[in-house]
Amino acid sequence: MTQTTDAPVRETTAAASRSTSTSTFAKALNAALADAMEADASVLMFGEDVGVLGGVFRITDGLTARFGEERCFDTPLAEAGIMGMAVGMAMNGMKPVVEMQFDAFAYPAFEQVVSHVAKMANRTRGKVRLPIVIRIPYAGGIGGVEHHCDSSEAYYAHTPGLTVLAPATVRDAYVMLREAIASPDPVVFLEPKKLYWSKEDVDLAELRRTYDEGEAPRRIGRAVVARAGADATLITYGPSVPTALAAAAAAAEEGRSIEVIDLRSIVPFDDETVCESVRRTGRAVVVAEAPGFASVASEIVARVQERCFHSLAAPVLRVTGFDIPYPSPKLEHFHLPSVDRILDAVDSLQWED
Amino acid sequence: MSTATNEDRGRLMGEMPIGATEPTADTALLPSSTPVQLIDADGRHVHDDRYPLPDGESLLSAYGRLVTGRRINDQANALVRQGRMAVYPSSHGQEACQVAAAVVLDDQDWLFPTYRDTVAVITRGVDPLEVLTLLRGDWHGGYDPYEHRVATQATPLATQLLHAVGVAHAAKLRGESTVVLAMCGDGATSEGDFHEALNFAAVFHVPVVFFIQNNEFAISVPLKHQSVAPSLAHKAIGYGMPGERVDGNDLAALLSVLGIAVDRARDGGGPSLIEAHTYRMQAHTNADDATRYRSADDVERWVPRDPVLRMRTYLTALNLLDGDGERSFSDQADSIAAAIRNGLNLEVEVNPAELFEYVYAEKTSQLREQAEQLREELARDAAGAGEQPGDGTEGDTP
Repeated sequence: MTQTTDAPVRETTAAASRSTSTSTFAKALNAALADAMEADASVLMFGEDVGVLGGVFRITDGLTARFGEERCFDTPLAEAGIMGMAVGMAMNGMKPVVEMQFDAFAYPAFEQVVSHVAKMANRTRGKVRLPIVIRIPYAGGIGGVEHHCDSSEAYYAHTPGLTVLAPATVRDAYVMLREAIASPDPVVFLEPKKLYWSKEDVDLAELRRTYDEGEAPRRIGRAVVARAGADATLITYGPSVPTALAAAAAAAEEGRSIEVIDLRSIVPFDDETVCESVRRTGRAVVVAEAPGFASVASEIVARVQERCFHSLAAPVLRVTGFDIPYPSPKLEHFHLPSVDRILDAVDSLQWED
Repeated sequence: MSTATNEDRGRLMGEMPIGATEPTADTALLPSSTPVQLIDADGRHVHDDRYPLPDGESLLSAYGRLVTGRRINDQANALVRQGRMAVYPSSHGQEACQVAAAVVLDDQDWLFPTYRDTVAVITRGVDPLEVLTLLRGDWHGGYDPYEHRVATQATPLATQLLHAVGVAHAAKLRGESTVVLAMCGDGATSEGDFHEALNFAAVFHVPVVFFIQNNEFAISVPLKHQSVAPSLAHKAIGYGMPGERVDGNDLAALLSVLGIAVDRARDGGGPSLIEAHTYRMQAHTNADDATRYRSADDVERWVPRDPVLRMRTYLTALNLLDGDGERSFSDQADSIAAAIRNGLNLEVEVNPAELFEYVYAEKTSQLREQAEQLREELARDAAGAGEQPGDGTEGDTP
C-alpha cells in the first residue's frame, strides 16, 4: 500500500506516433484471437455465427478460413450448451474462447458460468482450472433494440472465481484479450459494442511483438490513468471511458483539471491506482452505464470511501444509468451517462468549501 | 470437421441401433419396446439376439463389486445417522447401474457422475474417503478428477452432461479414443442442459454414452410429472442418436447394453442414450421423508427385483458362486466399509486459510486482505482462548 507514484499513465497518440497504421477496436480483437490461435494450438474459438460469417460484429472474421473448422466453429444455438461444452473442453486441455452473441443472450449460460466456470478451481482445490474466455459484446449506445444493450458486468463481478475485464482502447483490446486467453482463470471479457469501430494509430504487428516478448505492461488487475489531472478523479471503465475523457476535456476549458482512471480490470480491482488518485485529488465521481443500484459503481464508491475518507473533500458521487430496463433506441440518450451529467456531478463536489 | 456433415447425418440416420443386427429406417434409432433383460428377477437367463450375456467370470467379478456397492450404501447411511456425514443420497437398489457404469469404461475413458453416484465413483477406483469428503462437509470435492478420469459429482442437474460433451470433443479433436459416460437421473431429463447436451453431442458426433438411471422419482415427484414420452430413451431419436432401454436391476443386461454403446462410441459411431429402469429404494437423502409421497407397498414391489439378490441367485444356480465365494466377497465389502468407517470417525482438521487459496490461480489483493483478516481474527480468538478458557456460551449472554 506504500506504492503510490507508479500508476501507469496511458500512452498518448503522440507517444505512439512511430506507428504507421490505424486499427479499429474490432480489428485489434480479431488480431488478438488470430495471434493467440497461431501461438497455441489449444486455443479454440466457438459460438453462434462465428464461423463462416465471422461473428455478427466480425470479430472472428477469417479465423475459420485460416485455422479450419476444428479451431473456429459454429455451434447449435444454445448458450448454456456453448458454455458447458467449453467447461469440458477446458477440463480436457483446450483453451476455449466462446462468444456470447450479445450481453442479454448470455443469460441462458448463467448457471454454467456461476455454478461451474467460476467454481471448478475452488471445488477441486486447484486441480481443475478452466482457462476459458467468455467474450461478450456488451452495453449500449448503438441504438440497439431490447436485449442487445445490457450492461451485465455486475452479475459477473459478483461471482467469485471470475476475472472480469472491459477494455476501452484499441491497444487494450488487443493486449487484454491476449492476457485473457493466457490466463489460467476463466475471464469474462466485456467488449463495449459502441467502441468496436473506434480507431487508434496502432501497429498491430508491433503490438504483437511487444506482447509476445513480454514488453507490454500487464493489464489484468491494473487500472490506468487515462488522463492526468489534479482537482478531481473520474473512475470509469469500458464504454464510459470516452465519455469521461470528453467530460475531462470540457472541464479543462473551464479551468478544472480532471483525472480519468480507466479501470480496464473490474475483477481483480486495482484499489491502489484508484486510491492513489483520489487521495491526491480529494474528489471522485464514478461513471458507468449500468443501473447504479447494487452495481460495480456502488462497489467502487464503497471502496473509495472506506479507504480514502480522510482525503475526501466531498462525498463520492456516481453518474450511472437509471434503475430501469435498458431503454429503446430513441430514449437511450436520456439514460446513458453524458458529458453534461458528468460535469454536473463534478460541479457539485463542494468546491466552495 | 468438427461438425457432422450432411453425409455424416445420413449415415447416422441409417445407423444400426445398439445391438441391432441389421439397419432399418429411422425407427432403428428407437429403443426396444420393453427394457432389455438378460437375467430375470428370478435369476434365470433370458436370451436376446442383440445382446450377448457377459461371460461367467465377468459377471462374478461384477457381482463382487455389487456386494461392495450395497455395503458402501449401508455404511454411508449409518454414518449419517451417527453424525459423521452431513448427508448421503443413497443408490440402494441402483447398485447394478452404479457398477456397470464404472466397469464398462477403460482407463483412458471419463466418467461424469451425479451426487447419487458415489458407488460408481468408488467402483471406478477413487479412494472412498476422498469421494466422501464432499458429503462429510470438509470441502466441495475431495478427489483429483484427473487421477481416475472421474469428474466431480455434480449437484446441479444435467449441467455435467455438457461438460462430458466438451471432454469428448476435445479428445476427438486430438484423435484420442476416449469415451465419456455421462450419468443423470430421470428428473434431470427435464432440464434444458439435458437437451442441449444431447443435441451438441449428436451434432458434433462425439463419443458420449448418456446413461439415465430412471429411478422413478425426482425427490418426491414421480416420472409421470417429468415426461409423458413413451420412455426417456425415446428422446434419443429426436437428436438423431440411438436410444435403448435396459432393466436397471439386471447387471448382466447393463454390462451388455452399456458395453456395446461404449464400443460403438469408441469406434466412431457417435453418442447414444441408454435408459435404465430401476427404483430408488430409499428416500432422496436422509433429510427426506419418502412416506409423504409414496407408500410402503410401492417400495415393497421392487424388493424381489433386487439387483444383488438376482445376481446371487443366477450365479449360485450355475455353481459360479458358493458359500466360500459369497463369504469372500462379503469380507471384501466389510473391509472397505471398515476403512470408510474408520476414516470418517477420524476428526479432520479443516484449514480456513484454504478458503482463499484456489479461487484464482493467484490471489487477488482483495483476497489477500480477507485471508489476512480471517487469520488475525483466528489468532485473536486463539490468544483469547488461551488467556481465559470459556465454555463457549458467552455469545448467548444478553
